[in-house]
Amino acid sequence: MNVEDIILKKVKDIPPSGIRKYFDMINEMKDVISLGVGEPDFTTPWNVSESGIYSLEKGHTHYSSNAGLIQLREEIANYQQRKYNLQYNPKDQILVTVGGSEGIDIALRALVEAGDEVIIPEPSFVAYQGCTRITGATPVSIKLRAEDQFKLTPDLLEKAITPKTKVVIIPYPNNPTGAIMNRDDLSRIVEILKDKDLIVLSDEIYAELTYQDNHVSIASFPEMKDKTLVINGFSKAFAMTGWRLGYACGHPALIQAMTKIHQYAIMCAPTTAQYAAMEALKNGDSSVREMVKEYNHRRRVLVDGFRELGLDCFEPLGAFYTFPCIKSTGLTSEEFCEKLLMEQRVLVVPGNAFGECGEGFVRACYASSMEQLIEAINRIKKFIQR
Amino acid sequence: MEEILKILEKNGRYSEEQIAVMTGKSVEEVKEAIKKYEEENVIVGYTTLVNWEKTKDESITAMIEVKVTPQRGEGFDKVAERIYKFSEVKACYLMSGGFDLTIIIEGKTLKEVASFVSDKLAPLESVQSTATHFVLKKYKDKGTIFEKKYKDDREAIII
Repeated sequence: MNVEDIILKKVKDIPPSGIRKYFDMINEMKDVISLGVGEPDFTTPWNVSESGIYSLEKGHTHYSSNAGLIQLREEIANYQQRKYNLQYNPKDQILVTVGGSEGIDIALRALVEAGDEVIIPEPSFVAYQGCTRITGATPVSIKLRAEDQFKLTPDLLEKAITPKTKVVIIPYPNNPTGAIMNRDDLSRIVEILKDKDLIVLSDEIYAELTYQDNHVSIASFPEMKDKTLVINGFSKAFAMTGWRLGYACGHPALIQAMTKIHQYAIMCAPTTAQYAAMEALKNGDSSVREMVKEYNHRRRVLVDGFRELGLDCFEPLGAFYTFPCIKSTGLTSEEFCEKLLMEQRVLVVPGNAFGECGEGFVRACYASSMEQLIEAINRIKKFIQR
Repeated sequence: MEEILKILEKNGRYSEEQIAVMTGKSVEEVKEAIKKYEEENVIVGYTTLVNWEKTKDESITAMIEVKVTPQRGEGFDKVAERIYKFSEVKACYLMSGGFDLTIIIEGKTLKEVASFVSDKLAPLESVQSTATHFVLKKYKDKGTIFEKKYKDDREAIII
């Protein structure tokens, strides 16, 4: 028997991630500054970690209910109300998941299958493509444009929608571009979406990390509330990536369907993480503010650094990524990344890893210490001026 | 504008140009703000945080609780001034609670600190009593952890 033959074609057809090979390379190298990993360099605020530890000491080492601790879901409801003016019933409109990614996966599994289309604005997080393909549905890429600051515009959206469209992913604040959609930007696409029979999957995992105005959720438009599934979590906002905790909020019917998949695949999200997350929501605001302030300083240093080197870099107002254009170097994204890594030991990620239209750009994450960022810019300078 | 102070408090070596980029202000604005802080004594000085334990220099730190008699019309300020003017005194705080002043002393040897207390501090007329505590190890000072050096140990992951 050939095991290869038994594995589904649609799984085999998922291309390997464009990022993987660089990671393999840096494992062999010393003194690399990595601006490649998309996670906070901060450790979890101590009061949050300590609550996790305390829950272990108290013996809270069991499963929680499938949907997550009701006290946590209540805190999530309060938080969504307080921050984004969204009302969700903690009993049947919130599901606690293993990271935001689980929410994306089980939402797509609950909603689409072969024959359906999922609209994915790109460049964006690689999991949307992967999770869509696993369901058998067809990913439909929208090529976002640098001249629009990588925002989703009504003309691009309108062209992508067909009678087969069942899900539209709205990935803002965006990984990898750092783009955001403000209220006006959203209202223009709401005009198109409000009368369509489809679900909007709004991935708001970076919602806390904005540097001008506060994040606005598309679900806060009353006509969008029922058809939007909000994905959020603790990883980016509270520097809790390793705790693996996220949540989904939406219409009870959709949350119920997702809970069915979740209960068989996962049972429940990690209980320790859920206790820690409660503390994050209750007493984490000041820590988040401090981290955002620090990210903002770093963001300006990196953007300014790229611009000083003559690279076009639009101002990213969300998440913790810059997305400079490297076309002026005459290199492709992959050549740029590979040569920069080999010659100057700085890792950035080629933009085309996040969709074809990311070609000509690279993603540099500023969730690293200021000293590292300053040194990285110095090295990139040597590389470009060589 | 306190943003600039926060940045400098964390790392006094950032240049005005770097601070301007971080805060999104012009270099002139930053220079002017810093000059003003210095003139108004908001920025009182610039120093370097040294972990002397890692050097060959011998050094010992003590924290001394001092009870004093405040002077009429001057309160504690006059007494404090007499004490903090000694170069051995690195810090001097007026405290609430069971004693009045906390003094932090640095000396080369235990004997040096002891003789400061017995020869200079205790005999002062307004000093009623002292209690000296020697520092055995500094874990963290001025918001900075001494031993642990930051290391980026995040693992590679596709995201």
